[in-house]
Amino acid sequence: MIEARPLTEAMRPDGLALSLEEYEKAGGYRAARKMLKEMAPEEVVSLVKDAGLMGRGGAGFLTGLKWSLTSPAGESPGPRFLIANGDEMEPGTFKDRYLMEGNPHQLIEGMICAAFAIRATDAFIFIRDHYFEAQERVRRAIAEAYAKGYLGKRIFGSDYSLELHFHGSAGRYICGEETALISALEGARPVPRSKPPFPGVAGLFGRPTVVNNVETLCNVPHIVENGPVWFRDLSRTAQGGTKIFGVSGRVKKPGLWELPMGTTIRETIFEHAGGMLDGYSFRGVLPGGGSTDFLVEQHLDTPMDYENIQKAGSRFGTATMIVLDDRACPVGFVGNLMKFFAQQSCGWCTPCREGLPWLARLLFRIDRGEGSEEDIEILAEHTSKIWIGKTYCALAPGAIEPLQSALTYFRDDFTQHVQQKRCPWS
Amino acid sequence: MLSETERQLIDDELKHAFTAQSACVEALLIVQRSRGYVSDEALEEVAAQLGMSSAELESIATFYNLIFRRPMGRHVIHVCDGISCWVTGGKRVGEHVQERLGIRPGETTQDGAFTLLPADCMGVCDRAPAMIIDRTVYGPLSEEEVDRILDEARSDA
Repeated sequence: MIEARPLTEAMRPDGLALSLEEYEKAGGYRAARKMLKEMAPEEVVSLVKDAGLMGRGGAGFLTGLKWSLTSPAGESPGPRFLIANGDEMEPGTFKDRYLMEGNPHQLIEGMICAAFAIRATDAFIFIRDHYFEAQERVRRAIAEAYAKGYLGKRIFGSDYSLELHFHGSAGRYICGEETALISALEGARPVPRSKPPFPGVAGLFGRPTVVNNVETLCNVPHIVENGPVWFRDLSRTAQGGTKIFGVSGRVKKPGLWELPMGTTIRETIFEHAGGMLDGYSFRGVLPGGGSTDFLVEQHLDTPMDYENIQKAGSRFGTATMIVLDDRACPVGFVGNLMKFFAQQSCGWCTPCREGLPWLARLLFRIDRGEGSEEDIEILAEHTSKIWIGKTYCALAPGAIEPLQSALTYFRDDFTQHVQQKRCPWS
Repeated sequence: MLSETERQLIDDELKHAFTAQSACVEALLIVQRSRGYVSDEALEEVAAQLGMSSAELESIATFYNLIFRRPMGRHVIHVCDGISCWVTGGKRVGEHVQERLGIRPGETTQDGAFTLLPADCMGVCDRAPAMIIDRTVYGPLSEEEVDRILDEARSDA
């Protein structure tokens, strides 16, 4: 195993963004330069495929495979697009903000590499509303890169040209779904589209398009520079690389750390995040953001990667964990999440538009002590009814994940609310 | 009526946009930055400038949480209602802000200084419980901290 933190080790300790000069001094833009001089696009795709890089936005799809599924440029002449998804609105998730604020040029270099690999003519960085600082720093970095000739016509004197556009969004969770994001960039109402056709065939303005998460793209220059074997060796498990892990909730040191893939939940929460605050004990954790299933005490030694977290019954997601402590009400916790997902439903399909608000109302009724056993049954029944294959996109099934696992691990807490006719925590 | 500056900024966006419509969110934000919100009249003019129907632009404007279709106070306060803030006592912080300002979420103080809005997870979970006033992030918050911040904000409101 190689001990390295390629994504964050060059960052400044004071939290300011690395300037272009500082980034270059730390080895930045070396990979893109070398790539444009020596490599063919297919070779970049192969490198990333061999590295086994999996999408860091939550779904974990193989990045190289996604790139290889775009229509070949020869068959479909005209513009082709790469989009960096920085619409980080998953509850409890703040890792892409850290990467964009701390080292915006790393993202730009990753985009140059990815865009070249898929032969994109134009790229977009899509950043959510409340990330004012990230938006400003990325915009400044784009201007710096253009001024130096690292973007635009004939990058680094090569034959490759790329225009990089910035898009600041105005606040809607569903924009993080790749087809909704594409609609948003077109200036349409951002509701998800049906697949197929997949964006690789017909995406933005009907053209071949790849949407990659910010953290995914930040990994690419390092893979180009150091190769797939190095990348795999960064991990403690079979799934390569490092990962930005995060912890929030009642812990001593909430924050973010770049750690080897496969770091256990226990190490992340109890070492890096300093363990629980005095007077609070651990009850459960959403391992990968608000739309993932609870894991509990028995899962603490699970290595955090896509495969192992799935085996434990949840999803790796964004790897930003939210900790539930013994003094917070699990019903209220899930109610807060359900209200969020209900509000963020785009309204396009019925199970999501009608089902989620109903579940939220039931949860709050139980939380107020006005619920019945039958209400708990209705909640349980709908965890299978509002599920993958029955909804248009993954929003509603994501909303179900914390609920269904809460009913598994914290069922007694629901029952107590009904029996005592009040919230035991209030 | 759109000001000359607003019109010019939207035109600048259109110069490098792939289609006029693809600039619509930015165009709405340009108007909002200059006047705090997007009025019906402004929306119609933006739609005309982009060659869209105002009904379609309205359907997009109202889809986004942070395109304001009603006048706002001089400062906009977002108290985070995300799960990390909830679990660290954000609800009490939110209630305290409401008591201090004497308004409920969605309302504006009588003097026009503050509009209070609920906010979904703002991605500052390491500083929970948190709030954002205009573009500044505050957190982790206590009730005393909230008092201090609001007094300070009011003095330059």
